[in-house]
Amino acid sequence: MSEPATSSSDAPRERRTTPSGIEIPVVATPASRRHPDLSGPGEYPYTRGIFEDGFRGRLWTFRQYSGFGSAEASNERYRFLLERGQTGLSVALDLPTQCGYDPTDPMARSEVGKVGVPIATLADMETLFRGIDLAKVSTSFTINGSAAMIFAMYLAAADKAGVPRAKLTGTIQNDILKEYVARGTWIFPVRPALRLVADSIVYANQESPRFNPISIAGAHVRDAGSSAVEEMGFTLANGLAYVDELLARGADLERFAQSLSFFFYVHMNFFEEVAKFRAARRLWARLMKERYGAKSARAQHFRFGVVCGGSSLTAAQPYNNVVRVAVETMAAALGGAQSIFTCAYDEAFQLPTEQSAELALRTQQVIAYESGIADTVDPLGGSHYVEYLTDEMEAAIEGVIQEIADYGGVVKAIEDGYLQRRIARSAHERKSKVDRGESVVVGVNRFKNEHEEKQVGEVFASDAHATAAVIEKFERIRAERDAAQAEKTLAALERAASDNAANLMPYLVDCCHAYVSVGEMVERLKRQWGEFIEPVKL
Amino acid sequence: MTTLKGKRILIAKPGLDGHDVGAKVIALALRDAGAEVIYTGLRKTPDYIARVAAEENVDAVGLSILSGSHLELVALTCAALKREQAEDVPLFVGGTIPRSDWDALHAAGVAAVFDSEMSLEQVVDEVARRLT
Repeated sequence: MSEPATSSSDAPRERRTTPSGIEIPVVATPASRRHPDLSGPGEYPYTRGIFEDGFRGRLWTFRQYSGFGSAEASNERYRFLLERGQTGLSVALDLPTQCGYDPTDPMARSEVGKVGVPIATLADMETLFRGIDLAKVSTSFTINGSAAMIFAMYLAAADKAGVPRAKLTGTIQNDILKEYVARGTWIFPVRPALRLVADSIVYANQESPRFNPISIAGAHVRDAGSSAVEEMGFTLANGLAYVDELLARGADLERFAQSLSFFFYVHMNFFEEVAKFRAARRLWARLMKERYGAKSARAQHFRFGVVCGGSSLTAAQPYNNVVRVAVETMAAALGGAQSIFTCAYDEAFQLPTEQSAELALRTQQVIAYESGIADTVDPLGGSHYVEYLTDEMEAAIEGVIQEIADYGGVVKAIEDGYLQRRIARSAHERKSKVDRGESVVVGVNRFKNEHEEKQVGEVFASDAHATAAVIEKFERIRAERDAAQAEKTLAALERAASDNAANLMPYLVDCCHAYVSVGEMVERLKRQWGEFIEPVKL
Repeated sequence: MTTLKGKRILIAKPGLDGHDVGAKVIALALRDAGAEVIYTGLRKTPDYIARVAAEENVDAVGLSILSGSHLELVALTCAALKREQAEDVPLFVGGTIPRSDWDALHAAGVAAVFDSEMSLEQVVDEVARRLT
């Protein structure tokens, strides 16, 4: 690279890297690139996007995350959001539901309805969607350890409402591998948990082909403290582990590969984030085609949703977060996301209020409809810097995937605690960089207000009576259901669990129709499979 | 540089919240400062945490809670520590704790509350100050 003739200073040029450690050139040129060729959008390997017309054909989905206290309260919030132009629902579930405990379980004490809605039986699912047409709304469930049970319950709710399963659209997160690494709602040991994931994917492909049965998520790994490269590397490695499991269980590659989707965080380094998605889209297509022989374009497509915000938001000077979320939303759109969730500015310290949740949605709408970002495909394509970063990110992500393979694969790396330790160390390093001022966070380590009142806005009031009402309803449903039928479906589930060739989903749907609870289904499977033993070495 | 040499500190995750990276980062920082750190792993009951605190004769207990259940879980942990006759062990709490709840936590017996924007050095210094 030739040096520019003049420089603004005579000081030796400082080396700069992206947060993932990729060297940043002072100026990028065509010579910076590893792969100067660029195919068009909709063409393998899809660097510029999986569709030839980008967002002109279909804009990304505006998907906000919500769910509080009880099925009744959440149902009200969903209707509020749908009336304001939101196009997809996203259901947050409380921790007892996510970890497979009934609201009456001692482990559920003080957690019912805290971080999301409690769904114990089909009765709660029916309440959650009262007055909402399941055939018309796309619903995303953040559920993993007990994803198969919640999916079975959603199918049962559709059955009861007379909605054909084939009309259902939406997503269950169902990505158990990252739970062991970063989010912690695991239940079973890794191997049987993988089977449950594969069973639900195969069943969804048959029964509700428009429903996404998995969203392979890097988001939590990222928010826990890993870099963008680690986020993508761990996530694609997990994706490959699911592909291997599905193939081992005899599933059809061309069919199931179309139903895999991904989920990430977008943080503040704008160009690195754009490049991360372009690189992953290309790398996934290459892996699916070259490693597994996927033939159809749809089986090679890397489809993903994102969250903008998370741990990039700060409790200090919280209105700054509105700006951060706007920048991150632009990066997500320019990276070609299929759906975007924007965090509310107050999420760093409280559950969002209606006002802050609405502002988060409006942020996306302003970008989508006023900025012109969606008018042409991949507007940053061909930028020397973005193409350079895309190439470098791809190589670095592939390096992480190889490192995990060399260790002995994802399952071993989780069972040993290797990935968990790696993330904790990355998080420690990221935090130390902020502490030392090497990573600037406005309002936190630069441009601080000395006497700042840390909180703004209203505090969302959680309903203290909600827990008692949830438990009362749960006990009533259990008392009113046909006890013999409930026991019969549970016994059948337990038998099927001991037969590795069986698909467990039809048994779970039968349980749900009999108003068997999530906790009861989980308990029977634990009898057969045991529980995950967490490696706690630091 | 503050030293916590010779101190034993229990870092615990009460309840079902699975976000453990904050707890691990604090554990690493305390260890770097010389403390011997015991980390419980996820999903521990307040009773279990108090029992470990008493049996291991720790100098401090740190709870990490990001699920919004901090008031209940802290109250249960304080009661359990009392049953184990370990109520004098300083209790620290970190996670996503709204400022409006800090006073209530202090009143319940918490020595200090930490938020994610404090530097690791500030956290270590504050723990050291309470232990000497």
